[in-house]
Amino acid sequence: MTKKRILAVLKHVLMILLCLAVVLPFYLVVINSFKTKGEAARMNLSLPTEWQFSNYTEVIRKGKLIQGFLNSLIYAGVSTLIGVISSAMASFVMSRRRTKVNSFLYYFVLCGLFFPVNYVTLSRVLGTFQLTNTKAGIVIVFTSAMIPFCVFTIRNFISSVPVELDEAAVLDGAGPLSLFFRVIMPMLKPVLFTCFILQFMGVWSDFLTPLYLSSKSKLFPMTMAVYQFFGKNTNYWNYIFADIVLTCIPVILVYLIGQKYIIGGLTSGAVKE
Amino acid sequence: MKKNKIYPMWFLLVPLALYSVFFLLPSILGIGYSFTDWNSRSMGEVNFVGLENYIEIFTSDKDYLSGIGHTLMFTVISNIVKLIPALFLAIMLNEGIRGKGLYRTLLYLPSILPYVIIGILFTSILNYNNGMLNSVLEFLHLDFLKQKWLSDLNVVWKSIFGVDAWRGVGYVMTIFIAGLSTIPRSYYEAAQIDGANFWQRLRYVTLPMISGSVMINLVFGITYGLKVFDIIYVLTNGGPGHATEVITTYSYQLYSSGQYGMSTALNTILLLITAVVGVLIVKNMSKQEVQQ
Repeated sequence: MTKKRILAVLKHVLMILLCLAVVLPFYLVVINSFKTKGEAARMNLSLPTEWQFSNYTEVIRKGKLIQGFLNSLIYAGVSTLIGVISSAMASFVMSRRRTKVNSFLYYFVLCGLFFPVNYVTLSRVLGTFQLTNTKAGIVIVFTSAMIPFCVFTIRNFISSVPVELDEAAVLDGAGPLSLFFRVIMPMLKPVLFTCFILQFMGVWSDFLTPLYLSSKSKLFPMTMAVYQFFGKNTNYWNYIFADIVLTCIPVILVYLIGQKYIIGGLTSGAVKE
Repeated sequence: MKKNKIYPMWFLLVPLALYSVFFLLPSILGIGYSFTDWNSRSMGEVNFVGLENYIEIFTSDKDYLSGIGHTLMFTVISNIVKLIPALFLAIMLNEGIRGKGLYRTLLYLPSILPYVIIGILFTSILNYNNGMLNSVLEFLHLDFLKQKWLSDLNVVWKSIFGVDAWRGVGYVMTIFIAGLSTIPRSYYEAAQIDGANFWQRLRYVTLPMISGSVMINLVFGITYGLKVFDIIYVLTNGGPGHATEVITTYSYQLYSSGQYGMSTALNTILLLITAVVGVLIVKNMSKQEVQQ
């Protein structure tokens, strides 16, 4: 019994140490974001001698954060909405009509899970559609890139929605659109939420796409704005940390609200096997 | 019921069109352009140069080859460093421990942060003179462990793996926990009656039962590793020298300096590697589906 006790204590010690390793950097960022430049440069964990709340207003002004925030919101919101719903429609048909063509198309889309995006030629393709350096272009790129993941996740889930539902709805006179949006979509809610949250956070965090495709600072999402700000103000750690806090708050909020769906969604694939 | 009426093919149109035009087409065009001298000064005039770009990659003294090697090395090691500790942590949490939910939430937290943020944050933490890591070591009187984390050639890769694990372990662990929670307790009791020790239970009960979670972690981990960019770009930008350069960082550099043909050639090599890996994985997946 005592051996078991010691083991349990050791487990807690290990867990607490690991959690400390996670939490300390967060604490470092938050606490230093309220210090003066000189104090923050020392990078220690003590409380600020004087709380500099003005760091935040300064950063919002200097770092073009409001514009970055709005851009990120547009990129993440619009592309995720289009990507998830259109992928759900496609997955629905692919799952219900298991023809050779559809199974080929499924694997064709699945390739996208592995392939890297070629941004160099992508910018050329965007150019032929007059989409270079436009918000619409960036939204379209994000949407296209999330389709493989969404189709992969949603198609697996649709198999578990009984076909009898479709038959009943069609007997009641439903067309394909009302069948999908009124009957099937509500059944898919959990997986759609999961896809939406994961992809939203994915786009919000993405850095490579805007790095290649937006040469105007007007188009920068928050990640790019932070990186630019970091490059220009290398020694102002108080500002950089305030900037980091503001960039992270939205994703942390989405995570805390949608935690149930993230864990549920990550696991649905894993448990299925 | 007419299937083509209630399940119309035009439902596929939007995602397939977007995916084909803005994801796959650039990759295919990239293969074509990788045989040309396309660059920022060519003003629309692009000449076929055969294998010249590839010859340059494989023979020049610019170390592109080591970039390819680093990508493969990162993929293998970063996965080992994350998967094995994550599995044991998941087993520990799954066996029942007070505060399991809180531990899991906290450990998962880093994986939602943007890589750029993590990169910037750790350039501060790993700073030699006043970074938090060295200060903590000093505080614990462990000065001999202090390192030039991001500029010492012998240490820099370890720092990158460390930061990558800091971000990823909780994520991998969460997927493992999901798999573990489906194993019925009675299996372990039966194994215990048969006298199986911890390692035998792990080998003959746990691992076979969580093959789905292992698979998902490997797929996500490998594809992430092969395409890694953000964390290296922000932490070291390929340095010191070219010590931590990977395919994607070289590809971005070449793009920035206007050598588009070379950049797409490197990207095409990455495409080939991911295609081979992808085919292996999908084959394995369809085999599993058939078995069910």
